[in-house]
Amino acid sequence: MLSLPTIHCQACIAKVEQALTVHPGVTSARVNLTLKRALVDAAPEVTAAELTDVMAREGFEAHELDPSALNETTTSTAGRALLMRLAVAGFASMNVMLLSVAVWSGAEDATRDLFHWISAAIALPAIAFSAQPFFVNAWRALRAGRLNMDVPISLAIALALVTSLWETWLSGHHAYFDAALTLTFFLLAGRWLDARARSAARSAAEELTALEVPRALRIDDGSPVEVPVAELRRGDHVLVRPGGRAPVDGKVVKGRSEVDRALLTGETVPEPRGPGDLISAGEVNLTGPLTLQATAVGQDTSLQRMAALVAIAESGRSRYTSLADRAAKLYAPGVHILSALAFLGWLIWSGDMRVSLNIAAAVLIITCPCALGLAVPAVTTAASGRLFGKGLLIKNATALERLAEVDTVVFDKTGTLTTGAPKLINWGSLTEAQKSIAAALASGSQHPLSQAIAAIAQTEGVSEAALSDRLERPGFGVEATLGGAVVRLGRADWIGVAPEDEAMCAALQTDDGAAIVLTFEDTSRRGAAEMLAELETQGLEVVLLSGDRTAAVASFARSLGIETWHASMRPEDKARLVAELQDEGRHVLMVGDGLNDTAALASAHVSISPAQALDAARAASDMVLLGQDLAPIGTALSVARQATRRIRENFRIATFYNIIAVPLAVAGFATPLIAALAMSTSSISVSLNALRIGGRR
Amino acid sequence: MNVLAYLIPISLALGALGLVGFLYTLKSRQYDDPEGDSRRILSDRWDDRPKDDN
Repeated sequence: MLSLPTIHCQACIAKVEQALTVHPGVTSARVNLTLKRALVDAAPEVTAAELTDVMAREGFEAHELDPSALNETTTSTAGRALLMRLAVAGFASMNVMLLSVAVWSGAEDATRDLFHWISAAIALPAIAFSAQPFFVNAWRALRAGRLNMDVPISLAIALALVTSLWETWLSGHHAYFDAALTLTFFLLAGRWLDARARSAARSAAEELTALEVPRALRIDDGSPVEVPVAELRRGDHVLVRPGGRAPVDGKVVKGRSEVDRALLTGETVPEPRGPGDLISAGEVNLTGPLTLQATAVGQDTSLQRMAALVAIAESGRSRYTSLADRAAKLYAPGVHILSALAFLGWLIWSGDMRVSLNIAAAVLIITCPCALGLAVPAVTTAASGRLFGKGLLIKNATALERLAEVDTVVFDKTGTLTTGAPKLINWGSLTEAQKSIAAALASGSQHPLSQAIAAIAQTEGVSEAALSDRLERPGFGVEATLGGAVVRLGRADWIGVAPEDEAMCAALQTDDGAAIVLTFEDTSRRGAAEMLAELETQGLEVVLLSGDRTAAVASFARSLGIETWHASMRPEDKARLVAELQDEGRHVLMVGDGLNDTAALASAHVSISPAQALDAARAASDMVLLGQDLAPIGTALSVARQATRRIRENFRIATFYNIIAVPLAVAGFATPLIAALAMSTSSISVSLNALRIGGRR
Repeated sequence: MNVLAYLIPISLALGALGLVGFLYTLKSRQYDDPEGDSRRILSDRWDDRPKDDN
């Protein structure tokens, strides 16, 4: 399975499928443009790398997806089953409504009875099929001794059917078959919207996970073999190429290099590693190939142990009850008591079982949580659709509501507010000759500082000096000869100069023997300043936490105007600080990407991580930021508040309809026509109210 | 009123027909890739149905 993020038109489909099917070994290929994926059936000897190469030659960016991380089939079958029930309920309710209109407009005696019987014949099987999810849920809740929204729904549907059948049997005037069906239809629509929004978010989140196909290079009999990470055992020798991420905890047995620990600790400066040094899973190897002897694999790696911290912190958050649940908790018992009272009252007053039961059914139908069932999913669907368009993925159902309560925003520095890619600051002070030497030395290296030099040289169009014998010295730098003299680019202490402070720097030795210190700084991510300004206008407090050194954090905080910052934080410190803020009664939004943030992400009220973050960090957070730009975070906060306001408004609208209609029902004036009107108007008005979110701006 | 004897079965049959049609499209996975399918019509390659299985 391949992910093709750049395809967008029918020509792309044709080209991709054509190119894949002619590739030897491929039996069939099919593009799904909605999901931007291609599904390929191929002989086992065809590797994914081959296919991504084929795609690259056609000009499409392609990534391999790990199918085991995608639960597509289960979510799509669930969605399809719901859609099928929705269709049955819809068609049945249309037909029954047609017959009911005839009854309402004055069909009499035999005709009315006939129509009622036909309605019954349609409604009973239709409801038996389509209302199953409600019945099942209600039964489950009742058995556990609880009440949820589905209990009054099921009771209303069942009671409406029973009394209507009874009425039809005795050729009575009122039957509620149409109400029972429309009720089912509207509620299923709400359920389906909910399921669809959630499965869209889940499939996008799963795709991020599936992009990291867990493979490693194991050294068998001296040559590297590609194997799944799950097959690695302790003591295996694993090769980590420059640019690759260590799959296991291990000890270096061969090679010398530098590793980027930013995702684990938030430090921006790479650390040197040589034989005998330890490397943890998740660290990125930068300059030279390393051979590790695995000391811990799979669940035992420090990466996984940190992820376990998250599970503990997470349990605190599940205590949050959504607005809908709180409404249901008030609502479900209220409705039952009300209709029971109406039943008893009428039974005592009139002594007529049939009338009393009719009234009780009318009360249940009219107070039906139709509008309530639609109120929340309609709003969340509209809001998450809008945020998705802006590049923010909502993974958790209650995340929007929690986001609306946020008053403090905590940011991680490296990789979150900054890109993690350093920028050279004193480039301008170099002479042209020095620039061309630096550019030539830096080109083709995986080291982030080299890449920064190469990038700036490329934008300025610096021509590279003609070097010979270019040699990468892993862990130290690069050296080469220029016209007989040695030129070097690398660690300051290797070149032999002392940097002024602990800041990020490298040194360059030119052909005349002079040594120059190059100073770098971490660049802030696009949209960071705008977002911070937006947060300030919304009156939120901003805190910066980082595992990086104090000097780097201080200067960065100053450049963005953040007043509260903490440096050299260990993962536990971050989590503790977030917990302390929470204990003060604040609602914290944590934004972070690294493994060192995961515990803090999980203990915060609500959390966001960028798509480039580690899998564990993404799993711990409620929302994922898909693009590079940070600005959607500000928008998300305002949309979340707007959405919560709409949800409350919708509850009020639904309550308002109930306040008008319930006295009528209790008094016994409610007819099926009134019930149908009240139900449809309240459902439609809450849906329209929800749509207002998508429209603005 | 005898006309009802024809009209009611007809209306029910039409409704059922619509329902069966919808269920058929659903079963044959025609809603899996709405975007792609709307574009495929522009391609002249023979294209019968989506692949059966994920």
